[in-house]
Parts: sequence; structure tokens; C-alpha cells
Amino acid sequence: MRRVVVTGLGMVSPLGSSVDVTWSRLIEGQSGAARVEAFDVSDLACKIACSIPLGDGSDGTFNPDRWMEAKEQRKVDPFIVYAMAAAGQALDDADWHPTSHEDQCATGVLIGSGIGGIGGIYDASVTLFEKGPRRISPFFIPGRIINLASGQVSIAHGLKGPNHAVVTACSTGAHAIGDAARLIALGDADVMLAGGAESPINRLSLAGFAACRALSTGFNDEPQRASRPYDRDRDGFVMGEGAGVVVLEEYEHAKARGAKIYAEVIGYGLSGDAYHITSPSPDGDGAYRCMSAAVKRAGIDPSEIDYINAHGTSTPLGDELELKAVERLLGNATDVAMSSTKSATGHLLGAAGAIEAIFSVLAIRDQVVPPTLNLDNPSVETAIDLVPHEAQKRKVDVALSNSFGFGGTNASLILRRAD
Amino acid sequence: MSDIADRVKKIVVDHLGVEPEKVTPNANFIDDLGADSLDTVELVMAFEEEFNVEIPDDAAETIQTVGDAIKFLEKNSG
Repeated sequence: MRRVVVTGLGMVSPLGSSVDVTWSRLIEGQSGAARVEAFDVSDLACKIACSIPLGDGSDGTFNPDRWMEAKEQRKVDPFIVYAMAAAGQALDDADWHPTSHEDQCATGVLIGSGIGGIGGIYDASVTLFEKGPRRISPFFIPGRIINLASGQVSIAHGLKGPNHAVVTACSTGAHAIGDAARLIALGDADVMLAGGAESPINRLSLAGFAACRALSTGFNDEPQRASRPYDRDRDGFVMGEGAGVVVLEEYEHAKARGAKIYAEVIGYGLSGDAYHITSPSPDGDGAYRCMSAAVKRAGIDPSEIDYINAHGTSTPLGDELELKAVERLLGNATDVAMSSTKSATGHLLGAAGAIEAIFSVLAIRDQVVPPTLNLDNPSVETAIDLVPHEAQKRKVDVALSNSFGFGGTNASLILRRAD
Repeated sequence: MSDIADRVKKIVVDHLGVEPEKVTPNANFIDDLGADSLDTVELVMAFEEEFNVEIPDDAAETIQTVGDAIKFLEKNSG
């Protein structure tokens, strides 16, 4: 199979409007969590979230008008706007703007989302109930369905290769990148824009995830302490929003045009728990088999892994199961750093795997691993360094990024420093 | 311009994001103002809402210019 490398990065996150701003704030140990002010949360069990800082674009704020015309933004849910921003950044970073028919047809898009336009679906339902079907906008469907992130990006940039979307809950972003890498490896495309986008911060999603008992509810007065993976006081995840998109490229294609190569995608593993709709399987076997599959595909020994970007959502059950699965994978090779960046960004659901793959790439680039915030008292003992509180300078040649989703859907990516 | 014409013009400017000077009676929504077929459906909905009228589909199909809309609404709105 053909080799696949990462040549461009793009992101909008609760920490800021770009990859650089987000990464520097992440390394500094900043948190994106705050009490939700955009709508009434008085009757919700969870009143906090990690929202994108909106603004005119200065000081790391996100100005959506830079990436999509205001009249077009009005027609779509924010996850599509975030995808447009991250995709535009990634193409600029890769310096890949195909204009010939051949190059356009060799470039595809695979951006997914976990729950897509659920906010807009809620609003339209209210309109239908109050005003009837004649008041439903013609842009209701094309502005809400998940594959329209890929669709809008392809239209904006003239990308005529494979146009696809992944919907696998919180594994979406990792599956999108892994599947897109496969499409390049198998020759269906030479370049792919891949990642995830999510805009879940609304009353309906907060009520729904709280009903699943997945959200933190005990830190409404101290939002920045709420996301605390591996800590004994963790009580659920904090919702985040944003998008991450990478440019993946066939190795020779990238070399031939002199592209900057961040890292190589050497491993991708998938598995299913076949256990429960929301709970991870109690033996952590799904996570273990997923990581093992990625390691096997990468052709490396688990001891070669230097950094693991954990799924680590800060839920009581999931964190320890993932840690046990990692310990089983590594055996005695515990000289590894494993952190959960969700402690800072919150959980971006379908975009999480994408931004976390980008953090893994940047850990390789800068030889630094981001911290796990709020890890005051680990709930279990482990020989693995969970990088509490502060980033660490470390040798990182190989990084693994885990994502696990509702339905028992698991994805692991392995990235290696490019030679 | 009549009150109806002003209100139509404002809706067209808001929905299509075009310069107000371009919104002349002869301006065709698709050919001159950059609308697509979905935009025209939404415009008709906005006219219905603003003028509290129902515009049946066969009538909506005849509304292709700003002037068509003004004429229809002058005739049919309360």
C-alpha cells in the first residue's frame, strides 16, 4: 500500500481560532471551560461547556466571516462553518490549492460529525409545531445533514475526488482520518482533507447527554475543574465544540511538490465492543483490540510508542478501562506519556479524534506532550506517566491517538515522525 | 417606491446579501442577483411571512424578478 503523510493542519477549538493558538494555550495549561451564557441553563443538570471564543479574529478569537459568507452561514448549522474554517486553514497550511481538473479529481474530502445539525433540527421542530410545514426553510435539510460539511468544503475549494463522511459518535474524527488515509493508500485519491466537526452546545444536546449520565454535573460553579480525566473526583465529560481537519497526502506526491511533512500515518485500527449502547465493555477488550490492530498495521512494537493521546473523557467508567487496556498493550514497556487533552478542550464528540490527532502530530513536531489538567489524585495507581497539570518536554517519535464512541465503536491512529 | 416595494427590497437584500442598488424592479433573482432555486423558495417564504399572505406554488413560479414580487404582493396582500 502507498505511504500517507500529514502535510496540513487546521483547527477551531474552545481554546482558539487556529492550530497555533490552540496548541500554545494547551501547552500553557489553559482550560476552555466556562458556564454557558448563550442560552438558559437554569433547569439543566450540566450548566457548563467549552465554547469557541467568538470575536473579530484578534487575540485568538474566531471570526466565522473569514471562512464563510454571512448569508451562507445563516443557512447551515455551526458545525459546517467550523469545518469550513478548519479545512481552509489546513489547505493554506499545506499550500495545496488544486486548479487543474486532474489535481482537483485527485483531492477528496472526508469530514464527519457525531450529531451534526441537531441544534438546527430542534429549531425547525419548534417552527413546524408553531407555524406549520410551509415555514420550514429549503435550507433546513442541506444545512443540517452531516455529509454537507464535506460537501460545502468540496464546493468552496473545487475538490472533486472522493466525497465522504463518517458518523461514529466520538470516534468520528479518528475514523475519518484513518479511512481517508486508506483511500490514499489504496489509490482512490492522492490528497484527502479529513477530520471532524461538531456544534453540540445547545439545550437539547446538554439535556440528552445528561440523561445518558455522561456529563459532569458536580462542577457547575467551578467549570475549569470539571474535566478531570483519571482523577478520583471526575464525574463526567464537559461538552466542547469545534473542528479539526488535516491534509493527508500520498508520500511521493508530497515529496514531489516539496510539501512540508509533519508526520506519517503508519497505523490505523478499528474494533467494536459488541457490548452496550453507551457503556464501554468492562474488560476494555474493544479498546485493546483496536490499539493492537493499529500497532500491527504500523508494524511496530508497542514499546516504540512514546506518547498516547487518550480518549480519556473524564467519565467514571471509561478512563480506567482505557488505562487498563493500554497497560495490557504495553506490558512492561511503561516508559510512555499518556495525557487527555479533553481536560482542556472538553469533549468535541465527532471532532475530538481529529483535534487530538493534530495534537499528536504537534507533540511529534515540538517534542512536547500536553498535560492532563486537574489530575490531582489519580483514581488508580499506574506506572504510566499521565502528565498531570504541566506539559513535558519529551522525545516523541511515535504517537498513538485513541477514540471510543457510543455504540462500542473504537478507532486508534498511530503517527510517526517523518524521515 | 411604494411601501411594499421597500419591504420587498429589504427582504431581497437581507436574504441574498446583494447591494441595494442592484435590487431594481427588472432584476431577475437567479440571473441578476445570484440566487439559486432554493434561495427563491426561501424568498417566497419570506414574502409570505412579511406580508401575511399565502403564495401558492404555481404563483410562486411566476415570481422571477423583483418587480414580479412587488406586483403580486400589491395585488394580493391585505
